[in-house]
Amino acid sequence: MESIARAETDIPQTAPGKTGPVIYRHSRWTRLTHWLWAIALFFLLLSGLQIFNARPQLYVGQESGFAYNNTILQIGAENTDAGPRGFTEIFGKRFDTTGVLGWSGPAGQESAKAFPSWATIPSYYDLGTARVVHFFFAWTLSATLLLWLAASLINGHLRRDLAPRADDIRRLPRDIADHARLKFHHVREYNTLQKLAYGGVLFVALPLMVLTGLTMSPSMNTVLPFLPEVFGGRQTARTIHFGIMALLVLFFIVHMLMILAAGPINELRSIITGWYRTDPPSNDHPDERS
Amino acid sequence: MAKFQLNRRKFLTASSLGLSGLVLSGCDAFDSQLGLGDGLRSFLEGANDLTHATQRLLTGRDSLAHEFTEADIRQPMRPNGVTAPEDETYKSLLANDFADWRLEVSGLVEKPLSLSRDQLTAMPSRTQITRHDCVEGWSCIAKWTGTPLALVLDQAVVKPQARYVLFHCLDTIDRDLSGDIKYYESIDLVDARHPQTILAYGVNGKPLPVENGAPLRLRVERQLGYKMPKYVHKIELVDGFANFGGGRGGYWEDNGYDWYGGI
Repeated sequence: MESIARAETDIPQTAPGKTGPVIYRHSRWTRLTHWLWAIALFFLLLSGLQIFNARPQLYVGQESGFAYNNTILQIGAENTDAGPRGFTEIFGKRFDTTGVLGWSGPAGQESAKAFPSWATIPSYYDLGTARVVHFFFAWTLSATLLLWLAASLINGHLRRDLAPRADDIRRLPRDIADHARLKFHHVREYNTLQKLAYGGVLFVALPLMVLTGLTMSPSMNTVLPFLPEVFGGRQTARTIHFGIMALLVLFFIVHMLMILAAGPINELRSIITGWYRTDPPSNDHPDERS
Repeated sequence: MAKFQLNRRKFLTASSLGLSGLVLSGCDAFDSQLGLGDGLRSFLEGANDLTHATQRLLTGRDSLAHEFTEADIRQPMRPNGVTAPEDETYKSLLANDFADWRLEVSGLVEKPLSLSRDQLTAMPSRTQITRHDCVEGWSCIAKWTGTPLALVLDQAVVKPQARYVLFHCLDTIDRDLSGDIKYYESIDLVDARHPQTILAYGVNGKPLPVENGAPLRLRVERQLGYKMPKYVHKIELVDGFANFGGGRGGYWEDNGYDWYGGI
Protein backbone atom coordinates (compact mmCIF):
# COMPACT_ATOMS: atom_id res chain seq x y z
CA MET A 1 0.00 0.00 0.00
CA GLU A 2 2.36 2.60 -1.30
CA SER A 3 -0.46 5.12 -1.36
CA ILE A 4 -1.01 4.96 2.38
CA ALA A 5 2.70 5.45 2.98
CA ARG A 6 2.58 8.57 0.83
CA ALA A 7 -0.40 9.75 2.79
CA GLU A 8 1.53 9.65 5.98
CA THR A 9 4.42 11.63 4.60
CA ASP A 10 1.87 14.31 3.74
CA ILE A 11 1.03 14.95 7.34
CA PRO A 12 3.82 17.40 8.15
CA GLN A 13 2.64 19.71 5.38
CA THR A 14 -0.63 20.34 7.16
CA ALA A 15 -1.21 22.96 9.74
CA PRO A 16 -0.73 21.16 13.02
CA GLY A 17 -3.87 20.57 14.96
CA LYS A 18 -6.14 21.85 12.18
CA THR A 19 -6.39 18.89 9.85
CA GLY A 20 -5.76 15.19 9.87
CA PRO A 21 -3.88 12.97 7.49
CA VAL A 22 -4.49 12.93 3.76
CA ILE A 23 -5.68 9.49 2.80
CA TYR A 24 -6.22 7.68 -0.49
CA ARG A 25 -10.02 7.46 -0.43
CA HIS A 26 -11.25 6.71 -3.95
CA SER A 27 -9.67 4.09 -6.19
CA ARG A 28 -9.04 4.92 -9.83
CA TRP A 29 -12.07 2.78 -10.77
CA THR A 30 -14.35 4.73 -8.45
CA ARG A 31 -13.06 8.04 -9.84
CA LEU A 32 -13.16 7.00 -13.49
CA THR A 33 -16.68 5.58 -13.29
CA HIS A 34 -17.88 8.59 -11.27
CA TRP A 35 -16.89 10.99 -14.04
CA LEU A 36 -18.16 8.73 -16.82
CA TRP A 37 -21.53 8.72 -15.07
CA ALA A 38 -21.42 12.47 -14.59
CA ILE A 39 -20.85 13.00 -18.33
CA ALA A 40 -23.34 10.32 -19.40
CA LEU A 41 -26.08 11.55 -17.06
CA PHE A 42 -25.59 15.15 -18.18
CA PHE A 43 -26.19 14.21 -21.82
CA LEU A 44 -28.91 11.68 -21.00
CA LEU A 45 -30.83 14.30 -19.05
CA LEU A 46 -30.67 17.02 -21.70
CA SER A 47 -31.34 14.71 -24.65
CA GLY A 48 -34.08 13.00 -22.63
CA LEU A 49 -35.87 16.29 -22.03
CA GLN A 50 -35.71 16.91 -25.79
CA ILE A 51 -37.24 13.47 -26.42
CA PHE A 52 -39.96 14.26 -23.87
CA ASN A 53 -40.70 17.48 -25.76
CA ALA A 54 -41.87 15.38 -28.73
CA ARG A 55 -44.72 14.09 -26.56
CA PRO A 56 -44.94 16.22 -23.43
CA GLN A 57 -47.49 13.99 -21.70
CA LEU A 58 -47.09 11.12 -19.25
CA TYR A 59 -49.64 8.33 -19.06
CA VAL A 60 -50.41 5.35 -16.86
CA GLY A 61 -51.05 1.99 -18.51
CA GLN A 62 -50.18 0.08 -21.68
CA GLU A 63 -51.11 2.85 -24.08
CA SER A 64 -51.78 6.58 -24.26
CA GLY A 65 -55.40 7.56 -23.81
CA PHE A 66 -56.76 9.64 -26.68
CA ALA A 67 -60.43 8.66 -26.40
CA TYR A 68 -60.13 8.43 -22.61
CA ASN A 69 -57.94 10.10 -20.02
CA ASN A 70 -54.95 8.36 -18.44
CA THR A 71 -52.66 11.38 -18.57
CA ILE A 72 -51.09 12.27 -15.22
CA LEU A 73 -48.71 14.99 -16.37
CA GLN A 74 -48.89 17.37 -19.27
CA ILE A 75 -46.84 20.38 -20.28
CA GLY A 76 -48.28 22.63 -22.96
CA ALA A 77 -49.14 26.08 -24.21
CA GLU A 78 -52.52 27.74 -24.63
CA ASN A 79 -53.85 31.02 -25.93
CA THR A 80 -55.34 33.27 -23.28
CA ASP A 81 -56.62 36.84 -23.20
CA ALA A 82 -53.17 37.79 -21.93
CA GLY A 83 -51.46 36.08 -24.88
CA PRO A 84 -49.92 32.60 -25.06
CA ARG A 85 -49.16 31.03 -21.70
CA GLY A 86 -47.26 27.89 -20.75
CA PHE A 87 -48.85 25.46 -18.35
CA THR A 88 -47.99 22.29 -16.48
CA GLU A 89 -50.80 20.01 -15.41
CA ILE A 90 -50.16 17.35 -12.77
CA PHE A 91 -53.00 15.00 -11.81
CA GLY A 92 -55.47 17.46 -13.30
CA LYS A 93 -54.11 20.42 -11.35
CA ARG A 94 -52.92 23.18 -13.67
CA PHE A 95 -50.06 25.58 -12.96
CA ASP A 96 -48.94 28.57 -15.01
CA THR A 97 -45.30 27.90 -15.92
CA THR A 98 -44.84 30.51 -18.65
CA GLY A 99 -41.19 31.31 -19.28
CA VAL A 100 -39.91 27.89 -18.26
CA LEU A 101 -42.32 25.06 -19.08
CA GLY A 102 -44.70 25.11 -22.05
CA TRP A 103 -43.96 28.55 -23.43
CA SER A 104 -40.42 29.96 -23.32
CA GLY A 105 -37.61 31.63 -25.22
CA PRO A 106 -35.86 34.98 -25.48
CA ALA A 107 -38.18 38.01 -25.21
CA GLY A 108 -40.10 38.41 -28.44
CA GLN A 109 -39.08 34.97 -29.71
CA GLU A 110 -40.98 32.76 -27.31
CA SER A 111 -42.37 29.53 -28.67
CA ALA A 112 -44.32 26.51 -27.54
CA LYS A 113 -42.04 23.83 -26.15
CA ALA A 114 -42.32 21.74 -23.00
CA PHE A 115 -38.77 22.11 -21.68
CA PRO A 116 -36.92 25.30 -22.65
CA SER A 117 -34.06 25.41 -25.16
CA TRP A 118 -31.40 25.81 -22.49
CA ALA A 119 -32.44 22.50 -20.93
CA THR A 120 -32.33 20.37 -24.08
CA ILE A 121 -29.85 18.84 -26.52
CA PRO A 122 -30.01 19.90 -29.27
CA SER A 123 -31.26 23.31 -28.15
CA TYR A 124 -33.65 23.40 -31.15
CA TYR A 125 -36.39 20.78 -31.63
CA ASP A 126 -34.83 17.65 -33.15
CA LEU A 127 -36.12 14.32 -31.90
CA GLY A 128 -33.93 12.21 -34.21
CA THR A 129 -30.70 13.81 -33.00
CA ALA A 130 -31.76 13.70 -29.35
CA ARG A 131 -32.32 9.94 -29.75
CA VAL A 132 -28.84 9.50 -31.22
CA VAL A 133 -27.29 11.32 -28.25
CA HIS A 134 -29.53 9.56 -25.72
CA PHE A 135 -28.81 6.03 -26.90
CA PHE A 136 -25.06 6.66 -27.18
CA PHE A 137 -24.92 7.75 -23.55
CA ALA A 138 -27.37 5.03 -22.50
CA TRP A 139 -24.76 2.52 -23.66
CA THR A 140 -22.04 4.54 -21.89
CA LEU A 141 -24.03 4.56 -18.66
CA SER A 142 -24.82 0.84 -18.78
CA ALA A 143 -21.24 -0.15 -19.62
CA THR A 144 -19.96 2.09 -16.81
CA LEU A 145 -22.37 0.50 -14.33
CA LEU A 146 -21.07 -2.96 -15.24
CA LEU A 147 -17.45 -1.80 -15.11
CA TRP A 148 -18.02 -0.21 -11.70
CA LEU A 149 -19.80 -3.29 -10.36
CA ALA A 150 -16.99 -5.61 -11.49
CA ALA A 151 -14.23 -3.31 -10.19
CA SER A 152 -16.02 -2.68 -6.91
CA LEU A 153 -16.53 -6.39 -6.30
CA ILE A 154 -12.88 -7.09 -7.02
CA ASN A 155 -11.28 -4.17 -5.16
CA GLY A 156 -13.59 -4.45 -2.17
CA HIS A 157 -15.25 -1.03 -2.58
CA LEU A 158 -18.69 -2.61 -2.30
CA ARG A 159 -17.97 -4.71 0.76
CA ARG A 160 -15.83 -2.11 2.52
CA ASP A 161 -17.62 1.14 1.72
CA LEU A 162 -21.18 0.52 0.58
CA ALA A 163 -22.40 -2.69 2.21
CA PRO A 164 -24.81 -1.86 5.03
CA ARG A 165 -23.71 -2.82 8.56
CA ALA A 166 -25.64 -3.22 11.80
CA ASP A 167 -23.83 -0.11 12.95
CA ASP A 168 -25.39 1.98 10.18
CA ILE A 169 -28.88 1.89 11.67
CA ARG A 170 -27.63 2.92 15.11
CA ARG A 171 -25.75 5.84 13.54
CA LEU A 172 -28.64 7.01 11.37
CA PRO A 173 -30.33 9.47 13.80
CA ARG A 174 -26.99 11.11 14.57
CA ASP A 175 -26.13 11.26 10.82
CA ILE A 176 -29.40 13.02 10.10
CA ALA A 177 -28.82 15.47 12.96
CA ASP A 178 -25.25 16.15 11.77
CA HIS A 179 -26.33 16.73 8.18
CA ALA A 180 -29.11 19.03 9.32
CA ARG A 181 -26.55 21.13 11.20
CA LEU A 182 -24.14 20.93 8.22
CA LYS A 183 -21.62 19.27 10.50
CA PHE A 184 -19.49 16.95 8.44
CA HIS A 185 -16.95 14.39 9.51
CA HIS A 186 -14.13 14.01 7.04
CA VAL A 187 -13.34 10.36 7.45
CA ARG A 188 -12.61 7.52 5.11
CA GLU A 189 -15.95 5.77 5.52
CA TYR A 190 -19.25 6.83 4.05
CA ASN A 191 -21.84 7.70 6.67
CA THR A 192 -25.24 6.03 6.68
CA LEU A 193 -26.96 8.71 4.63
CA GLN A 194 -24.19 8.60 2.04
CA LYS A 195 -24.50 4.82 1.79
CA LEU A 196 -28.26 5.17 1.34
CA ALA A 197 -27.88 7.87 -1.30
CA TYR A 198 -25.07 6.27 -3.31
CA GLY A 199 -26.47 2.76 -2.92
CA GLY A 200 -29.93 4.02 -3.87
CA VAL A 201 -28.64 5.66 -7.02
CA LEU A 202 -26.37 2.81 -8.10
CA PHE A 203 -28.47 -0.20 -7.15
CA VAL A 204 -32.00 1.14 -7.50
CA ALA A 205 -32.32 4.33 -9.56
CA LEU A 206 -29.87 3.65 -12.38
CA PRO A 207 -30.86 -0.02 -12.91
CA LEU A 208 -34.51 1.07 -12.93
CA MET A 209 -33.63 3.73 -15.50
CA VAL A 210 -32.04 1.10 -17.74
CA LEU A 211 -34.95 -1.33 -17.28
CA THR A 212 -37.73 1.21 -17.85
CA GLY A 213 -35.76 2.45 -20.87
CA LEU A 214 -35.60 -1.07 -22.29
CA THR A 215 -39.33 -1.50 -21.58
CA MET A 216 -40.03 1.28 -24.07
CA SER A 217 -38.28 -0.65 -26.85
CA PRO A 218 -40.81 -2.64 -28.91
CA SER A 219 -38.02 -4.99 -29.95
CA MET A 220 -36.87 -5.68 -26.37
CA ASN A 221 -40.52 -6.33 -25.42
CA THR A 222 -40.41 -9.42 -27.63
CA VAL A 223 -37.58 -11.01 -25.62
CA LEU A 224 -38.36 -9.53 -22.19
CA PRO A 225 -42.18 -9.56 -22.26
CA PHE A 226 -42.32 -9.50 -18.45
CA LEU A 227 -40.82 -5.98 -18.36
CA PRO A 228 -43.97 -4.09 -19.45
CA GLU A 229 -45.97 -6.29 -17.08
CA VAL A 230 -43.71 -5.59 -14.10
CA PHE A 231 -43.88 -1.85 -14.68
CA GLY A 232 -47.61 -1.77 -15.42
CA GLY A 233 -47.39 -1.19 -19.17
CA ARG A 234 -45.13 0.62 -21.58
CA GLN A 235 -46.59 4.03 -20.83
CA THR A 236 -46.27 3.55 -17.08
CA ALA A 237 -42.65 2.54 -17.64
CA ARG A 238 -42.14 5.79 -19.55
CA THR A 239 -43.70 7.71 -16.65
CA ILE A 240 -41.43 5.92 -14.14
CA HIS A 241 -38.42 6.69 -16.37
CA PHE A 242 -39.35 10.37 -16.13
CA GLY A 243 -39.98 10.19 -12.37
CA ILE A 244 -36.59 8.63 -11.65
CA MET A 245 -35.02 11.32 -13.83
CA ALA A 246 -36.54 13.89 -11.46
CA LEU A 247 -35.18 11.97 -8.45
CA LEU A 248 -31.72 11.85 -10.02
CA VAL A 249 -31.83 15.61 -10.57
CA LEU A 250 -32.79 15.98 -6.91
CA PHE A 251 -29.88 13.72 -5.94
CA PHE A 252 -27.55 15.87 -8.04
CA ILE A 253 -28.70 19.07 -6.35
CA VAL A 254 -28.28 17.62 -2.85
CA HIS A 255 -24.94 16.08 -3.90
CA MET A 256 -23.70 19.54 -4.97
CA LEU A 257 -24.99 21.22 -1.81
CA MET A 258 -23.32 18.62 0.39
CA ILE A 259 -20.03 19.05 -1.44
CA LEU A 260 -20.20 22.82 -1.11
CA ALA A 261 -21.02 22.49 2.58
CA ALA A 262 -18.42 19.84 3.32
CA GLY A 263 -15.56 21.69 1.62
CA PRO A 264 -15.62 21.60 -2.18
CA ILE A 265 -11.87 21.67 -2.76
CA ASN A 266 -11.13 18.70 -0.56
CA GLU A 267 -14.16 16.80 -1.90
CA LEU A 268 -13.32 17.57 -5.52
CA ARG A 269 -9.68 16.63 -5.00
CA SER A 270 -10.68 13.26 -3.60
CA ILE A 271 -12.88 12.39 -6.60
CA ILE A 272 -10.25 13.64 -9.07
CA THR A 273 -6.98 12.48 -7.49
CA GLY A 274 -8.28 10.06 -4.88
CA TRP A 275 -6.58 11.94 -2.02
CA TYR A 276 -8.75 13.24 0.79
CA ARG A 277 -7.84 15.30 3.82
CA THR A 278 -9.44 13.82 6.90
CA ASP A 279 -10.30 15.43 10.20
CA PRO A 280 -7.61 15.31 12.86
CA PRO A 281 -8.02 12.39 15.22
CA SER A 282 -9.96 13.69 18.19
CA ASN A 283 -12.85 12.92 20.50
CA ASP A 284 -15.06 15.13 18.38
CA HIS A 285 -16.62 12.23 16.57
CA PRO A 286 -16.38 9.10 18.65
CA ASP A 287 -18.51 7.25 16.11
CA GLU A 288 -15.70 7.19 13.63
CA ARG A 289 -14.87 3.68 12.59
CA SER A 290 -11.39 2.80 11.59
CA MET B 1 -9.66 31.09 8.13
CA ALA B 2 -11.69 34.11 7.06
CA LYS B 3 -9.21 34.83 4.29
CA PHE B 4 -9.43 31.29 3.08
CA GLN B 5 -13.23 31.45 3.05
CA LEU B 6 -13.10 34.60 0.93
CA ASN B 7 -10.69 32.99 -1.48
CA ARG B 8 -12.79 29.95 -1.69
CA ARG B 9 -15.86 32.02 -2.39
CA LYS B 10 -14.02 33.96 -5.08
CA PHE B 11 -12.71 30.75 -6.52
CA LEU B 12 -16.17 29.22 -6.60
CA THR B 13 -17.77 32.29 -8.12
CA ALA B 14 -15.11 32.56 -10.79
CA SER B 15 -15.13 28.87 -11.56
CA SER B 16 -18.90 28.61 -11.69
CA LEU B 17 -19.09 31.63 -13.99
CA GLY B 18 -16.36 30.13 -16.15
CA LEU B 19 -18.04 26.75 -16.11
CA SER B 20 -21.46 28.07 -17.06
CA GLY B 21 -19.88 30.07 -19.89
CA LEU B 22 -18.12 26.96 -21.06
CA VAL B 23 -21.32 24.93 -20.87
CA LEU B 24 -23.32 27.54 -22.78
CA SER B 25 -20.77 27.96 -25.56
CA GLY B 26 -20.21 24.21 -25.43
CA CYS B 27 -23.90 23.64 -26.13
CA ASP B 28 -23.79 25.84 -29.21
CA ALA B 29 -20.63 24.12 -30.41
CA PHE B 30 -22.25 20.77 -29.71
CA ASP B 31 -25.42 21.71 -31.63
CA SER B 32 -23.36 22.57 -34.70
CA GLN B 33 -21.62 19.16 -34.63
CA LEU B 34 -24.84 17.17 -34.64
CA GLY B 35 -26.00 17.64 -38.23
CA LEU B 36 -26.34 14.66 -40.56
CA GLY B 37 -22.90 13.64 -41.80
CA ASP B 38 -20.98 15.58 -39.13
CA GLY B 39 -18.11 13.66 -37.57
CA LEU B 40 -19.39 13.80 -34.00
CA ARG B 41 -22.88 12.71 -35.01
CA SER B 42 -21.57 9.84 -37.10
CA PHE B 43 -19.50 8.72 -34.11
CA LEU B 44 -22.50 8.85 -31.77
CA GLU B 45 -24.62 7.02 -34.38
CA GLY B 46 -22.24 4.09 -33.99
CA ALA B 47 -24.22 3.29 -30.82
CA ASN B 48 -27.30 2.72 -33.00
CA ASP B 49 -25.45 0.01 -34.94
CA LEU B 50 -24.55 -1.56 -31.62
CA THR B 51 -28.22 -1.41 -30.56
CA HIS B 52 -29.32 -2.96 -33.86
CA ALA B 53 -26.77 -5.78 -33.67
CA THR B 54 -27.50 -6.47 -29.99
CA GLN B 55 -31.26 -6.49 -30.39
CA ARG B 56 -31.06 -8.74 -33.44
CA LEU B 57 -28.83 -11.11 -31.49
CA LEU B 58 -31.24 -11.15 -28.53
CA THR B 59 -34.50 -11.32 -30.48
CA GLY B 60 -33.47 -13.65 -33.28
CA ARG B 61 -35.56 -13.72 -36.42
CA ASP B 62 -38.96 -14.64 -35.09
CA SER B 63 -39.46 -13.37 -31.51
CA LEU B 64 -43.07 -12.25 -31.32
CA ALA B 65 -44.55 -8.95 -30.18
CA HIS B 66 -47.09 -9.32 -27.40
CA GLU B 67 -50.62 -9.79 -28.70
CA PHE B 68 -53.36 -8.23 -26.61
CA THR B 69 -57.02 -9.18 -26.17
CA GLU B 70 -60.16 -7.48 -27.49
CA ALA B 71 -60.65 -5.99 -24.00
CA ASP B 72 -57.40 -4.05 -24.43
CA ILE B 73 -58.79 -2.13 -27.42
CA ARG B 74 -60.17 0.95 -25.69
CA GLN B 75 -60.09 3.54 -28.45
CA PRO B 76 -59.83 3.96 -32.23
CA MET B 77 -56.34 3.71 -33.73
CA ARG B 78 -54.76 7.14 -33.42
CA PRO B 79 -53.96 8.54 -36.88
CA ASN B 80 -50.58 10.22 -37.27
CA GLY B 81 -48.38 11.77 -39.97
CA VAL B 82 -50.31 12.33 -43.21
CA THR B 83 -53.96 11.55 -42.50
CA ALA B 84 -55.62 12.81 -45.70
CA PRO B 85 -53.34 12.68 -48.77
CA GLU B 86 -53.90 15.62 -51.11
CA ASP B 87 -52.27 13.84 -54.07
CA GLU B 88 -54.45 13.74 -57.20
CA THR B 89 -53.53 10.11 -57.89
CA TYR B 90 -54.55 9.11 -54.42
CA LYS B 91 -57.77 11.11 -54.48
CA SER B 92 -58.86 9.56 -57.77
CA LEU B 93 -58.09 6.06 -56.49
CA LEU B 94 -60.05 6.83 -53.33
CA ALA B 95 -63.00 8.20 -55.37
CA ASN B 96 -63.26 4.78 -56.99
CA ASP B 97 -62.90 2.96 -53.65
CA PHE B 98 -59.46 1.74 -54.77
CA ALA B 99 -60.90 -0.48 -57.52
CA ASP B 100 -58.08 0.73 -59.79
CA TRP B 101 -55.42 0.53 -57.08
CA ARG B 102 -52.74 -2.13 -57.50
CA LEU B 103 -49.89 -3.28 -55.31
CA GLU B 104 -46.85 -3.54 -57.54
CA VAL B 105 -44.08 -5.92 -56.48
CA SER B 106 -40.91 -5.40 -58.47
CA GLY B 107 -37.13 -5.23 -58.31
CA LEU B 108 -35.11 -8.32 -57.44
CA VAL B 109 -37.92 -10.83 -57.91
CA GLU B 110 -38.43 -13.63 -60.42
CA LYS B 111 -42.10 -12.82 -60.97
CA PRO B 112 -43.10 -9.15 -60.65
CA LEU B 113 -46.66 -8.84 -59.36
CA SER B 114 -49.53 -6.43 -59.71
CA LEU B 115 -52.14 -7.32 -57.13
CA SER B 116 -55.60 -5.85 -56.74
CA ARG B 117 -57.15 -5.40 -53.33
CA ASP B 118 -59.40 -8.40 -53.96
CA GLN B 119 -56.42 -10.56 -54.85
CA LEU B 120 -54.68 -9.50 -51.63
CA THR B 121 -57.68 -10.11 -49.43
CA ALA B 122 -58.21 -13.50 -51.06
CA MET B 123 -54.81 -14.61 -49.78
CA PRO B 124 -54.50 -16.15 -46.29
CA SER B 125 -54.76 -13.39 -43.69
CA ARG B 126 -53.48 -12.76 -40.21
CA THR B 127 -55.20 -10.77 -37.46
CA GLN B 128 -53.27 -9.49 -34.45
CA ILE B 129 -53.97 -7.10 -31.60
CA THR B 130 -50.77 -5.20 -31.00
CA ARG B 131 -49.45 -2.01 -29.47
CA HIS B 132 -48.31 0.67 -31.87
CA ASP B 133 -45.39 2.66 -30.43
CA CYS B 134 -44.67 6.04 -31.95
CA VAL B 135 -41.13 7.40 -31.90
CA GLU B 136 -42.56 10.46 -30.18
CA GLY B 137 -43.45 8.39 -27.14
CA TRP B 138 -47.14 7.53 -27.32
CA SER B 139 -48.69 4.07 -27.75
CA CYS B 140 -52.04 2.81 -29.05
CA ILE B 141 -53.45 -0.72 -29.11
CA ALA B 142 -55.40 -1.87 -32.17
CA LYS B 143 -56.42 -5.00 -34.07
CA TRP B 144 -54.80 -5.33 -37.46
CA THR B 145 -55.82 -7.64 -40.30
CA GLY B 146 -53.76 -8.19 -43.40
CA THR B 147 -51.76 -10.42 -45.70
CA PRO B 148 -48.45 -11.67 -44.33
CA LEU B 149 -45.75 -9.95 -46.35
CA ALA B 150 -43.86 -13.25 -46.53
CA LEU B 151 -46.68 -14.76 -48.64
CA VAL B 152 -46.50 -11.90 -51.14
CA LEU B 153 -42.71 -12.21 -51.30
CA ASP B 154 -42.98 -15.96 -51.86
CA GLN B 155 -45.44 -15.43 -54.66
CA ALA B 156 -43.05 -12.98 -56.32
CA VAL B 157 -40.06 -15.32 -55.65
CA VAL B 158 -37.34 -13.11 -54.18
CA LYS B 159 -33.94 -13.37 -55.86
CA PRO B 160 -31.07 -14.44 -53.58
CA GLN B 161 -29.21 -11.13 -53.87
CA ALA B 162 -32.16 -9.13 -52.46
CA ARG B 163 -31.58 -7.78 -48.94
CA TYR B 164 -34.15 -5.06 -48.37
CA VAL B 165 -37.78 -4.34 -49.13
CA LEU B 166 -38.54 -0.76 -50.16
CA PHE B 167 -42.02 0.67 -49.77
CA HIS B 168 -43.25 3.43 -52.06
CA CYS B 169 -46.28 5.35 -50.85
CA LEU B 170 -48.94 7.55 -52.42
CA ASP B 171 -48.88 10.33 -49.83
CA THR B 172 -46.77 13.48 -50.11
CA ILE B 173 -45.03 13.99 -46.79
CA ASP B 174 -42.78 16.89 -47.75
CA ARG B 175 -41.68 19.15 -50.57
CA ASP B 176 -38.22 20.16 -51.68
CA LEU B 177 -36.67 21.88 -54.72
CA SER B 178 -37.11 18.78 -56.86
CA GLY B 179 -40.82 18.60 -56.05
CA ASP B 180 -43.10 16.48 -53.89
CA ILE B 181 -41.54 13.88 -51.64
CA LYS B 182 -43.75 10.89 -51.16
CA TYR B 183 -43.30 8.77 -48.03
CA TYR B 184 -40.85 5.91 -48.42
CA GLU B 185 -39.47 3.33 -46.06
CA SER B 186 -37.42 0.15 -46.04
CA ILE B 187 -36.99 -2.93 -43.87
CA ASP B 188 -34.67 -5.89 -44.21
CA LEU B 189 -35.76 -9.37 -45.20
CA VAL B 190 -35.60 -10.61 -41.61
CA ASP B 191 -38.38 -8.23 -40.59
CA ALA B 192 -40.13 -8.64 -43.95
CA ARG B 193 -40.47 -12.38 -43.32
CA HIS B 194 -41.34 -12.01 -39.63
CA PRO B 195 -44.61 -13.86 -38.87
CA GLN B 196 -46.31 -10.67 -37.61
CA THR B 197 -45.24 -8.48 -40.53
CA ILE B 198 -48.42 -7.95 -42.51
CA LEU B 199 -49.74 -5.70 -45.24
CA ALA B 200 -52.78 -4.51 -43.31
CA TYR B 201 -56.06 -3.66 -45.01
CA GLY B 202 -58.20 -3.75 -41.89
CA VAL B 203 -58.10 -2.22 -38.42
CA ASN B 204 -60.33 -3.01 -35.43
CA GLY B 205 -62.58 -5.23 -37.57
CA LYS B 206 -63.24 -2.60 -40.27
CA PRO B 207 -61.60 -1.74 -43.59
CA LEU B 208 -58.56 0.46 -43.10
CA PRO B 209 -59.77 4.10 -43.12
CA VAL B 210 -57.95 6.84 -45.01
CA GLU B 211 -56.39 8.37 -41.88
CA ASN B 212 -54.76 5.05 -41.01
CA GLY B 213 -53.36 4.43 -44.51
CA ALA B 214 -56.09 3.04 -46.82
CA PRO B 215 -56.00 0.90 -48.77
CA LEU B 216 -52.82 -0.76 -47.47
CA ARG B 217 -50.24 -0.13 -44.78
CA LEU B 218 -47.38 -2.09 -43.32
CA ARG B 219 -47.21 -3.49 -39.78
CA VAL B 220 -43.70 -4.27 -38.45
CA GLU B 221 -44.48 -5.07 -34.85
CA ARG B 222 -40.96 -5.06 -33.41
CA GLN B 223 -40.25 -1.53 -34.55
CA LEU B 224 -41.59 2.00 -34.10
CA GLY B 225 -44.40 3.59 -36.10
CA TYR B 226 -42.25 5.42 -38.65
CA LYS B 227 -41.13 2.02 -39.98
CA MET B 228 -44.75 1.20 -40.96
CA PRO B 229 -45.59 3.21 -44.08
CA LYS B 230 -49.22 3.95 -44.97
CA TYR B 231 -50.80 4.31 -48.46
CA VAL B 232 -48.39 1.70 -49.86
CA HIS B 233 -48.65 1.06 -53.61
CA LYS B 234 -45.30 -0.35 -54.61
CA ILE B 235 -42.89 -2.82 -53.08
CA GLU B 236 -39.40 -3.06 -54.48
CA LEU B 237 -36.82 -5.71 -53.61
CA VAL B 238 -33.28 -4.31 -53.61
CA ASP B 239 -29.77 -5.21 -52.50
CA GLY B 240 -29.20 -1.78 -50.91
CA PHE B 241 -30.89 1.58 -50.50
CA ALA B 242 -27.97 4.00 -51.07
CA ASN B 243 -29.63 5.33 -54.24
CA PHE B 244 -33.07 5.53 -52.71
CA GLY B 245 -34.21 8.95 -51.44
CA GLY B 246 -31.41 10.48 -49.37
CA GLY B 247 -29.69 7.11 -49.02
CA ARG B 248 -30.54 6.40 -45.38
CA GLY B 249 -33.46 4.09 -46.12
CA GLY B 250 -36.56 6.17 -45.51
CA TYR B 251 -38.12 9.61 -45.34
CA TRP B 252 -37.61 10.04 -41.59
CA GLU B 253 -34.21 8.36 -41.75
CA ASP B 254 -33.14 10.96 -44.31
CA ASN B 255 -34.25 13.52 -41.73
CA GLY B 256 -32.18 12.08 -38.91
CA TYR B 257 -34.00 9.05 -37.51
CA ASP B 258 -32.11 5.81 -37.28
CA TRP B 259 -32.86 3.18 -39.91
CA TYR B 260 -33.35 0.59 -37.18
CA GLY B 261 -36.46 1.53 -35.22
CA GLY B 262 -36.49 -1.23 -32.61
CA ILE B 263 -35.93 1.17 -29.71
